[in-house]
Amino acid sequence: MEDQNTNELLGRLLGPSGPEIGCDACFEELDRYVELESAGRDADAAVPGLRAHLDGCPACREEHESLLALVSEDQGSGS
Amino acid sequence: MSATTATVRGGMRTSPVAPGRAALDPESQELLQALKSSGRAYDEACVRLHELLLRAARFEVARRRRGLTGAEADMIATEAADDALLAVLRRLDDFRGLSKFTTWAYKFALYEAAVKVRKHAWRDRELPLEPETLGLLHGGTPGPEEDMEMRERLGKIAAAMDDVLTPHQRRVLVALAVNGVPIDVLAERLSTTRGALYKTLHDARVKLRAHMEETT
Repeated sequence: MEDQNTNELLGRLLGPSGPEIGCDACFEELDRYVELESAGRDADAAVPGLRAHLDGCPACREEHESLLALVSEDQGSGS
Repeated sequence: MSATTATVRGGMRTSPVAPGRAALDPESQELLQALKSSGRAYDEACVRLHELLLRAARFEVARRRRGLTGAEADMIATEAADDALLAVLRRLDDFRGLSKFTTWAYKFALYEAAVKVRKHAWRDRELPLEPETLGLLHGGTPGPEEDMEMRERLGKIAAAMDDVLTPHQRRVLVALAVNGVPIDVLAERLSTTRGALYKTLHDARVKLRAHMEETT
């Protein structure tokens, strides 16, 4: 458990190593990215750097998770 | 630059240039058209849009309640939907048709609701800008070998934070990465934006990674 916490702290301190977009660009691209993901398409190829940003930014990650869940719910209900 | 090529500035990519409006699905087209009209059609479209945004805001608040009462959750969701409606109407011309209009609009409501929930959770709290846990990692009791290796690495990072980061970078990194202050809360207290703070965090991390590579 402590091992995992230390590892997570290391991850938060050093962040993702690959190129990443910023929060503003993430917000601009999030709807397109989520729909590509929902459709089973290669969202990371379409929006390079967004996944790395989600790894490094907890706030954008939460909003991504929510949008993906909401869109999935819409698709499930047929709307 | 091509429409789909991202630019890299200071190690961070900027958003790809809009490649023009894509073909819209009929539902998106109808709602968008009504929102750009006037009179009764416009009013009805605003009501419909607000309903969609309120649903998204409630969805987000329910996922991240963080100790909210039912009344607080309702109030935050309603305020988030109201703010999101204004934001969507203000930015209608920015919609590129690269997703369904509802998906594009939802993200404004989710963003507003998430920010409000985070700020509410931290409204009466002091912001810890100094490391509360990092200092402990210089010492501590010996553990398994793997654990010790990680602790040593963490100790080196803690030292590097003093050596290679500016005071502002260090404060931002400590608050966000060590003490778990939400980025929107810190942005508000420092009178800046999420984007600007993340850039500071990103630059600090790049410096730390480079330092760790040089010294190991």
